[in-house]
Amino acid sequence: MSATFLGMPGNFPKNAAEAVQNSQLRFNLRKATHTIRDKRAAVVGELPDWQELRAAGKAIKDHTLRHLDRYLLQLEEAVTRAGGTVHWARDAAEANRIVADLVKATGETEVVKVKSMATQEIGLNEALAKEGVTAYETDLAELIVQLGDDFPSHILVPAIHRNRSEIREIFLREMPDAPAGLSDDPAALAEAARLHLRERFLRSKVAISGANFMIAETGTLVVLESEGNGRMCLTLPRTLISVVGIEKLLPTWRDLEVFLQLLPRSSTGERMNPYTSMWTGSVEGQDFHLVLLDNGRTGVLADEVGRQALRCIRCSACLNVCPVYERAGGHAYGSVYPGPIGAILTPQLRGMSSDLDASLPFASSLCGACYDVCPVAIDIPEVLVDLRAKAPHGAAERAGMKAAGWVLNSERRLGAAQRLASRMRRFVPKRRLPGPLAAWTDTRDVPDIPEESFRDWWERNERA
Amino acid sequence: MSAREEILARIRTAVAGARDDGPADAGIPRGYRAVRQVDDLVELFAERVRDYRAIVHVVPEDDLTAALARVAGGRRLVLPEGLPGGWAPGPGHADPYTADGVLTACAVAVAETGTIVLDHGPGQGTRAETLVPDHHVCVVRAAQIVGGVPEAVARLDPSRPLTWISGPSATSDIELNRVEGVHGPRTLEVVIAT
Repeated sequence: MSATFLGMPGNFPKNAAEAVQNSQLRFNLRKATHTIRDKRAAVVGELPDWQELRAAGKAIKDHTLRHLDRYLLQLEEAVTRAGGTVHWARDAAEANRIVADLVKATGETEVVKVKSMATQEIGLNEALAKEGVTAYETDLAELIVQLGDDFPSHILVPAIHRNRSEIREIFLREMPDAPAGLSDDPAALAEAARLHLRERFLRSKVAISGANFMIAETGTLVVLESEGNGRMCLTLPRTLISVVGIEKLLPTWRDLEVFLQLLPRSSTGERMNPYTSMWTGSVEGQDFHLVLLDNGRTGVLADEVGRQALRCIRCSACLNVCPVYERAGGHAYGSVYPGPIGAILTPQLRGMSSDLDASLPFASSLCGACYDVCPVAIDIPEVLVDLRAKAPHGAAERAGMKAAGWVLNSERRLGAAQRLASRMRRFVPKRRLPGPLAAWTDTRDVPDIPEESFRDWWERNERA
Repeated sequence: MSAREEILARIRTAVAGARDDGPADAGIPRGYRAVRQVDDLVELFAERVRDYRAIVHVVPEDDLTAALARVAGGRRLVLPEGLPGGWAPGPGHADPYTADGVLTACAVAVAETGTIVLDHGPGQGTRAETLVPDHHVCVVRAAQIVGGVPEAVARLDPSRPLTWISGPSATSDIELNRVEGVHGPRTLEVVIAT
C-alpha cells in the first residue's frame, strides 16, 4: 500500500487528541453513527438466520482465500471467455500504470469514477492527474470530498464528517453550475449534484470502478450502490476499467445468496440497497478491463492470525459501533481504511515502519463491539492484540517487560517481589507515579498494595 | 517473472502451511434458510416495495392493459423490444434521453427485500433504457415473485447483465438522511399482475 493518503501525519493518539477538540465533528459523527447502527440492528433483527448467514459468509471467504490461486485463474478464464481483458498488478504503481495506459489508449483525458476503496488505496486519481487525465468522482459523498479538497473519513459515507451547511458551502464555492439560491436541504443538495453530473455521465467515454464481488465460476462482477451513479458509469461509457483487490473473490454464483443478504443489511442498514449491477465480461459492446490488485494482500494472507482481515467486505458496520471511531473520526487513522477494520488492515498492508501505522493497533479499547457486528466474523480484537505484540516497542518498555517476565516466571522471585512491595507501600504515591510511569497514571489510580500478599496469608494460615 | 506469476507464487507460499479444506466447498455450513415460507408473496412484496417509497399497484391480470394505460397517463414512454402484446399504452418513444419514462417487464422479484431484477431480456430494455428516463414503470407477474434472495439467485442466469432494483434511486450521504432521486429514475412504479 503506497503512502498516498495524506490525511494526517503524526500518530493516532495525537491525531485523536486533536480531533476530539472539534465539537462539530463529534456531533456530526455521533448523530450519523447512531442513526446507522440503529437501522442496521433493525434489519439484521428481521432475519432469524443471521448467525447462519454469518457463519456461511466466514466459511466461504476462508475457503476462497485458502485456494485463492486456483479461483483467480478460474476467474481470469471466465472473464476472458466473456470478452473481457484481465490485468495483474503487484502494487499500486503497477495498477496505476496499467489504468493510465488503458485510458490513454482511448485518447480520452477525462474519466468518471464509481466509488471504490481499491482505487483510493492506490491513489489512482492523483496518478492519473500526473498523466494529464482528470478523474471525476460521481458518488455524492466522494464528490463532496473531492470538491472540498478533503479526505474520506468513512468507508461507506466518506463525507460523514460534514454536515449539510458545510456541504452547501462547498457546492457554492466549487460547483460553477450550483443554483445561486441553493439551500442546505439534503434534497436540494442532491438535486444540485444530479444536475452537475448528468451531462458528464452522458459525455464520458471511459469509466473506472471497483467491485464488491467477483465470481470465479462465472466471471461475473458485482457492484452494490444507491444513487444510480454506479449504473451510469458501468453502463454508458464505451470503456469500463474495474480495479479489484484479489480478495474480493467468491467461488460460485450461488455464494451471492449469502453476501447479498449480509452486505446491504450491515452496510446501509437496508433490506437491500437501491441498485446492484452484475455483468460478465464485455456487455452491450462495451470494452471491459479487469485489473486484479495485490498491493500487500498476499503479505496479509501469509499471516496466520491477520489473514482473517481479508474476509472484509467493506460494509463499515465496525466503524459505526466503535466508541473510538465515534469520537476520533476517520481522519485520525491516516488511511483510506479507518475504524477498527482500518486499525488491523492498514498496518498489515503498509507495515508498521511509520509512527502512525505502528500506533494503529492501539487505537482501540478492545471492547469487541466490532467483532459482534462483523458480517464475516473477523475477530478484530484478536488481530489487534497480535499486532500490538508485533509493533515496535521502546527500549524502556522492552526492559520493563523483560524484568516483569523474569519475576513472574518464578514463584520464589514473585513472592520476594511482593514482600518487597508490601514493605515499600508507604513510599508508593497514590495518584501519580514519577518519571515515565506518569503516563500510566494519567488516566488511572495506582492500585493499593496490600500489607501482605494473598500467597503469604495463605501460607501463614495453612501452617497455623 | 510476470505480475501474474509472481502474485500466484506469493499466494501459494502464503497459504502453504494452512489446512487444506479440499477443492470443493462441501465444508461450508449452509444452515441458513434456502426458501422463505411466505403466506402471501404478493402482499409482502407490495409492502416491502412501498417501504422504499415506490408506487405500487396490484391489479388482476385481465385489467393489466387498462391499468398500464392509466399509469402511463399520456407520458412518452420507452417501450422496449419484446414487450408482451397489449401492454403498450400508446406509441413508444424511442430515445431514452428525451422520454418521460420507460415501461418494462422483469426477470424475477424478491418479496422479502422488495426487489425487482431485470436481466435485460425481451421486454426489459437495454441497461441504459431503464436507467436514463426519470420514471420507471415495471410490471411484475405474481408467478415471478419468490420469497427470498437465495430463490432469486437460483432463478437468474449469470451470463446475462443483471440489474437489481430496490426502490427509486436514493442517497444517504448527507447526514444519513435518505433522499430519493439522484441519478437513476426518481420514480419507481411497480404494477403487480395477479
